[in-house]
Amino acid sequence: MENVLQIVWLIPFLPLLGFLVNGLGRKYMPKAMVSIVGCGVILASFLMSIWVFIHVREGGGYVADYFNFIVVDKLKIPFALQVDELSSLFLMIITGVGFLIHVYSTAYMHEEKPEHFGRYFAYLNLFVFSMLLLVMGANYVIMFIGWEGVGLCSYLLIGYWFKNVAFNKAANKAFVMNRIGDLAFLIAIFWIIAKVGNANYADVIAFAKAGKFGASDITVITLLLFVGATGKSAQIPLYTWLPDAMAGPTPVSALIHAATMVTAGIYMIARSNALYSLSDLTMHVVTYVGLATAILAATIAVQQNDIKKVLAYSTVSQLGYMFMALGLGAYSAAVFHVMTHAFFKALLFLGSGSVIHAMSGEQDIRNMGGLGKKLKITSFTFLMGCIAIAGIPPFSGFFSKDAILLSAFEENKALYAVALLGALLTAFYMFRLFFITFTGKFRGTEDQAHHVHESPLSMTLPLIILAVLALAGGWVGIPEVFMKGGDKLSAFLSPVIPVKEGESPGHSTELALMAISTIAVLAVIAFSWFRFRGYQRKGEAQGLAKVLENKWYVDELYEKIIVKPLQQFGSFLNDVFERSVVDGLVNGVGRAVSYSSRQLRLLQSGQVGSYVLLMVLSMLLIFVLQFFLRK
Amino acid sequence: MPIVYYLYLSLALFCIGIVGVLTRRNAIIIFMCIEIMLNAVNLLLVAFSKMHPPKAGIDGQLFVFFIMVVAAAEVSVGLAIIVMMYRRIHSVDVNFLNRLKH
Amino acid sequence: MIPVLLITIPLLAGLATFFIRDEKAARSWALLASLLTLGCAVAGITFLKGAANLEAHAQWLPALGAQFSVKLDGMGQLLCLLTAVSYPVIFLGTWKATYANAKNFFALMLLAQAGLMGVFLSMDALLFYFFWELALIPMYFLCSTWGGDKRIRVSFKFFIYTFLGSVLMLIGILYVYGMTKDQSFSINSFYNAGLSNAQQNKLFWLFFIAFAIKMPIFPFHTWQPDTYEQAPTATTMVLSGVMVKMGVFAVIRWLLPVLPLASYAWGDVVTTLAITGMIYASLIAIRQDDLKRLVAYSSIAHIGLMCAAIFSETESGMQGVMIQMFNHGINIIGLWLVVEMIERQFGTRKISELGGLAQKAPAMAILLVIVALANIALPLTNAFPGEFLMFNGIFSSTVTQYYLWFTVLGGLSIIFGAVYTLNMIRKVFYGESNALTAGAQDIRWNEQLALGVIVILILWLGVCPQTLLNTVQETAHSILNKADVLPYIRKH
Repeated sequence: MENVLQIVWLIPFLPLLGFLVNGLGRKYMPKAMVSIVGCGVILASFLMSIWVFIHVREGGGYVADYFNFIVVDKLKIPFALQVDELSSLFLMIITGVGFLIHVYSTAYMHEEKPEHFGRYFAYLNLFVFSMLLLVMGANYVIMFIGWEGVGLCSYLLIGYWFKNVAFNKAANKAFVMNRIGDLAFLIAIFWIIAKVGNANYADVIAFAKAGKFGASDITVITLLLFVGATGKSAQIPLYTWLPDAMAGPTPVSALIHAATMVTAGIYMIARSNALYSLSDLTMHVVTYVGLATAILAATIAVQQNDIKKVLAYSTVSQLGYMFMALGLGAYSAAVFHVMTHAFFKALLFLGSGSVIHAMSGEQDIRNMGGLGKKLKITSFTFLMGCIAIAGIPPFSGFFSKDAILLSAFEENKALYAVALLGALLTAFYMFRLFFITFTGKFRGTEDQAHHVHESPLSMTLPLIILAVLALAGGWVGIPEVFMKGGDKLSAFLSPVIPVKEGESPGHSTELALMAISTIAVLAVIAFSWFRFRGYQRKGEAQGLAKVLENKWYVDELYEKIIVKPLQQFGSFLNDVFERSVVDGLVNGVGRAVSYSSRQLRLLQSGQVGSYVLLMVLSMLLIFVLQFFLRK
Repeated sequence: MPIVYYLYLSLALFCIGIVGVLTRRNAIIIFMCIEIMLNAVNLLLVAFSKMHPPKAGIDGQLFVFFIMVVAAAEVSVGLAIIVMMYRRIHSVDVNFLNRLKH
Repeated sequence: MIPVLLITIPLLAGLATFFIRDEKAARSWALLASLLTLGCAVAGITFLKGAANLEAHAQWLPALGAQFSVKLDGMGQLLCLLTAVSYPVIFLGTWKATYANAKNFFALMLLAQAGLMGVFLSMDALLFYFFWELALIPMYFLCSTWGGDKRIRVSFKFFIYTFLGSVLMLIGILYVYGMTKDQSFSINSFYNAGLSNAQQNKLFWLFFIAFAIKMPIFPFHTWQPDTYEQAPTATTMVLSGVMVKMGVFAVIRWLLPVLPLASYAWGDVVTTLAITGMIYASLIAIRQDDLKRLVAYSSIAHIGLMCAAIFSETESGMQGVMIQMFNHGINIIGLWLVVEMIERQFGTRKISELGGLAQKAPAMAILLVIVALANIALPLTNAFPGEFLMFNGIFSSTVTQYYLWFTVLGGLSIIFGAVYTLNMIRKVFYGESNALTAGAQDIRWNEQLALGVIVILILWLGVCPQTLLNTVQETAHSILNKADVLPYIRKH
């Protein structure tokens, strides 16, 4: 009998349908209709995802094979979707958070013209489609399709306000940087195909478990996959596109650049955990790149003044944590953090959107302040998000971050110390953001002060729901310490992600670590309260603060050592090499021919006498030659 | 008479013809020199034909007649050209005939 | 029957067009003829698929051993279909363009189509050469009569360049002909000529230079940007969409299986040239300000990849190339259509002078973005399966030890491709409109129809590339079997 899960194709297909309807009908449909279609399809997908989730929990995963995408010789790439514990969890996050953000968008984007409103929802639906394809694909190629698809949607949505040149440049930058990672991903796929023969997860994992990969092969493959992940998930060295991506509408930042797309890299590595576990070198690289990114981005976030930029760097930093967890082998902790992060970061972004909405487009926190009184729901939910991300129990962020810190502690004490430092930085910059924005005196213009208002229900309702999730979303992963039979999440994921074996450091150590981090975080929050509650605008930043404000000058560095030289080299090739050398050679041959013909023409003097003389001489020559040659 | 005499005479005639063609510019003289060369060849053909009657038969003498006929035809055409040339440029100097060069 | 029709319909229709006085009538007649050809081609690959329908043989020059022998095999089907599809699309897309002496223009276009069809169908080397030239000559007249300001110089260069290649190829053909066992030009005799290693190595360059000029492969490419820039757009579409495929096609059919040992020996050199060309052309494209030249250089980069994939001598690379020839043809015609619209409207092709078109011409912008995304091989567009297979082929190649380098360096062009394509979109379509583009009009019905067909093909073949792959499977397999040098190596 056909498995009922064969119907999972509907989950990505519905958003695709929404994309087509909204995209083609954007000129003819009123906004309300667009909203209903746009949100409706996602809601339907979400409901189906819940249904799939329940099915999977009871009956395990399933691979639904639809048609052959590419069959060449022995290489067979089916268009197949896979639902298992890992992907069904991601499905719920994507469609659930996605749905809330769609609803939020209906109000946030309400001032757009109907045509552009339709375009926006079409893109958003297309994004959800691609993202679902990414997590549902049953082989690396389908994942790659979704992978590039989300990159495309990110490009389209960052450049949504296409009249703005800077936004378009940010969109291009995002796409190109993603493409660098994509290339590595693609080569990794080729490598896998060359070794395994196809790219199906099941076959690859079986192949890896049988120990058939060579040691160097597995290292290179995993490193290449990781480079792909650094592109999409904004890790060193390819992270600089993500802060620029904030040019897109705020709900987009919430959905794509915080909750879902940027976690694709985590998903990919978690999906390939069987491969990663085989290569210690890669694991170390992943750990340290993740840690370095976490710290670097956190330091930058401390000095940013754009509300969305702070959140963007915070995202980069949190992603760094997830990678660190992956590198430490704590795959389920990373996935757990993806989930909680999706809740609280979406909440924070949507909250910032609500603030920006209230401030009529103002994004600089130096011009805000004291908004807590006017934006009650927004400020309250934002605070919930801040607490969650800072990691205070019993909020969700606490549990997931704690799981990561714990695994760092198991690995190496120094690693733990640095990671903890990052966590403190996180608490610091988040509460700096909160206090500067919501407490103190209002520092904006009269106009803005007059205009400030709480957002409509369709915006605040998602905020409230997400706030609840930011609070309670972590309870599925409460560790054993607090609850017998806790950590349901890793148990649930265990068919895909084997539970790590080896002795745990013991409950007392665990509790001590939690206590340390909680107390330290509370201290940092208190510190930032004293520092920023009465924030006053200061002059130009100096010294280290200036370096941080300028993001360690990494963008400038890239511009100088990669972009400019390549452009100059291109100009050189175009203006000099192509014209003078290549074409010069070709034209040179032509010119040589015409020159020599001009010279040879002089022989034809037109004098009969000289012709005859030449004839006689050459005849003589032939005679003489023949005479000699005959001998 | 030994054959060499004929050979020398023919060679002399031929050389006179060549030198004439090479050095003179008057078309009529060049023309005559060409005739001399032709006749030098004719002389050779007749001489060799006489020398080897059993093997060669009278082929050589037949050739001579051919050559004389062709030469006559050539003379008529050539002289006609020279006359036309004279009418056009009032000269029979071949060095004026270099129009094709330009 | 079908192959003969494919050649004779455009040939006769083209000759007849010379006698149609009225411009409109000539245009309609040309469109009708091209549609008829398309019908034949579609029939040939669908319901008249029987082997008897797809072959025709007749005596041509029996004294020389040359036959009129045409056959529609898998790869031929795809390329004939491309030729057949592209013509109506081109005629439709440039429906409003006016030409002095239109009848001659359309007649020459159709004659070129006959030549192209012949090239893709011939199973006889002399016939192949004949059609190769037949396709070239109308192109020369099209460029030199209806082209831009520098047309005479540029088309002269184009002609001499390609003709040089043709002559080298002719020498090669005659040499191989002399070596065949039954003194015949037939393709099978060529395949079984039994040339020694040394002979092949010399012959290789005679053939390869001819094909490399046509494709074009770095450093034989300089005729191309000039010609594309100067030729009338309809001609450029034929040139870049279909004609450059002649080179790729010829390498697959007439080089690899005829000279397998030399192809193996020179494979690394050729692939290096191709990969160099990819990066080189991409870097130049990044710095281009002229839309036409940008598209031209992007085409050089794509063709380079095809060439490299052929010499990987893998099943995946070969099939990838075959479907990519079709896909690239479709995509680049789409790009030219947009360039043509822009140039016609604003009288300029300078990217720096344009901007903000997306506000004024949203339909054009959307269609262009889709075509451009196909140009950079985004998944679910038609170019992705081809590029994926080609890179996979290069990577899994067993005939070279540098496969990793080739893949990585070639892969750089994926990134550069995104850079120049997106920059072009950004500068031309996004941003604020300026004085020049303020009065822009959106696309007209004929252009909408032409681009619509292209976009549908792009998406359909992006989701179901298997339809094309099924067609070429057999050809790719048999070519690779003939090109296989392993038995020879094992023997020595």
